[in-house]
Amino acid sequence: MWRRPFPWLIVVAALLFALVPYFTNDVGMRESLLLAAIYIILASNLNLMIGYAGYVNFGNIVFFGLGGYICLYLVTAWHVHVIVAALIGGVAVSAVALLFGTGILRLRGAFFALATIGVNQAVQQLVVNFEPWGGATGIYLSLDSYKPFGGPMQALWWMYLLIVLLTAASMLLSYVIKNSKFGLGLIAIGQNEDAAAVLGVPTARYKALVYSASAFLPAMAGGLYFFKSGIIEPGAAFNLEQSIEAIVMLMLGGAGTILGPALGAVLYEEMRGILLTTQYLSHFQLVIAGVLLLIIVQFVPGGLLGWLHRLWPRTRGWLQ
Amino acid sequence: MFGILASVIDGILVGAVYGLAAMGLTLIWGVMNVINLAHGAIIVIGMFLLYIIVYSLGLHPYVAIPAMIVFGFLFGIVLYWIAVHRVIGQAELMSLLSTFAVNMVLIGLGTAVWSTSPYNVPVSMPSISLHGYTFTGTHITAAIMAVVIAGLLYVLLYHTRIGKAVRAVANNREAAELTGIPTTQVLAMAFGLGVALAGVSGTLIATLFPFTVLSGDAYQLKSFVVTVLGGLGNPAGALLGGVALGLIEGLATPFMPVSWIPVVEFGLFVFCLIAFPRGIFSFTKA
Repeated sequence: MWRRPFPWLIVVAALLFALVPYFTNDVGMRESLLLAAIYIILASNLNLMIGYAGYVNFGNIVFFGLGGYICLYLVTAWHVHVIVAALIGGVAVSAVALLFGTGILRLRGAFFALATIGVNQAVQQLVVNFEPWGGATGIYLSLDSYKPFGGPMQALWWMYLLIVLLTAASMLLSYVIKNSKFGLGLIAIGQNEDAAAVLGVPTARYKALVYSASAFLPAMAGGLYFFKSGIIEPGAAFNLEQSIEAIVMLMLGGAGTILGPALGAVLYEEMRGILLTTQYLSHFQLVIAGVLLLIIVQFVPGGLLGWLHRLWPRTRGWLQ
Repeated sequence: MFGILASVIDGILVGAVYGLAAMGLTLIWGVMNVINLAHGAIIVIGMFLLYIIVYSLGLHPYVAIPAMIVFGFLFGIVLYWIAVHRVIGQAELMSLLSTFAVNMVLIGLGTAVWSTSPYNVPVSMPSISLHGYTFTGTHITAAIMAVVIAGLLYVLLYHTRIGKAVRAVANNREAAELTGIPTTQVLAMAFGLGVALAGVSGTLIATLFPFTVLSGDAYQLKSFVVTVLGGLGNPAGALLGGVALGLIEGLATPFMPVSWIPVVEFGLFVFCLIAFPRGIFSFTKA
């Protein structure tokens, strides 16, 4: 895969993402890029489900939140190193998703979309009542947890760099899957599941696998992100709104493309920043995001990249 | 012993109102195969209409109900043309996102106007006391109104020409168009009806409990649970499903901490979706 220019493009972009704030030592820039990186991870992994397989997952944030909880629990109760804890969180959430996916992926279309909302809400309410994880108040980290990194300041930089690494991994995962037999099968499922099954695509297995794959990196990112915040509570961890913002981002950039979700995530993050800091608009952030989504859905369903592809068909080849 | 019976009765009364809310959702779903994710926001509109009628206009609370039916119907038709018309017949993602966008806009506007602090509209009605337990008049009135409105919907759908047209479009849109039914108008009208039902249920809920701009989400999820219990696109099943949900809530309340009830509800929701994708009370064959 390294013979093509596309993976290198991702590596260069990730290096810029990581190194520019580090060498300019700009904490403000780091925080805004960190948010963009998290959004890219959420949107591009969600794209595996929505853009490739055509299954609408409204509760994608449940992976992020569960990963965060598992990681912080391991760090506080068992004193596991955060990187190991995040990895365990990722693997555990993926395994749960695989098990669960075989059940709820029997549902099609809208039924599946509704079930994913139900799963997110059920998990959130379960965690609210789960005392070892702090119930409704959540888990707090003490400052000691940052000691392995030589203090909180350094730990924040480490977390940033690791999250950028996960962002690059998300993009590469999208690329690898899209250019594999597995990805082709998923796209076939997205276009016509019955026809795909008739032609020999193992639809049930592929769907469960992609559901599980789309859980791994967001769960790890959740671990690192909430470690960086130092606190996790059910409302912030399983915020359905964030899940749907991720859908807005990937629609904005172009569902089913590799760069689209990342582009949409960065644009959305920028727009949110502008709206939140502008005096008269800060109350209307949600309204403007809603109107934007409505316009995309009604008039440019292909998103930014879909629109570019239609405008200049030549870009289809290299701008995936 | 009577304590449990009392909470069951109260559960059923509230359940009838849940059923009414779900009817709005299931009507739209059944007729045009669109899941209206703005459902919760519309319920909230119904709640705040009651607040406006009582506090800004100084009228009797129950005036809000016919007002909401008329307003909801018109508002629904406008929404249909703005958000739904272009996405009918497209992939599910499109209609889900489109109605969700409407939800974001409505909730955003609501938050800007009323913030997210709780509101309460006290409605005074005589209540009934039995064995030391009180059944509040508002609960009884709300349940009766929910059943009456559901009955009117039934009459409209099954005993009028308009209802026949709606059912024909739900069954097969092309065939309906061929027989001369103006299907687009029928769809717009069905959407208006669904919105009006959701709004009225919101108004009724607001006479029972305090509410905020964000209350809609909880009732939207309850509506989904009810719809799944009662079978998609089945208005009669919705009322049964609503009563079933109310019954479950009423039965569960004395036995477990309140914070566990949502866990039971959503667990049941996911379970029912997987086990009975066509609804428990659905009598139609796959």
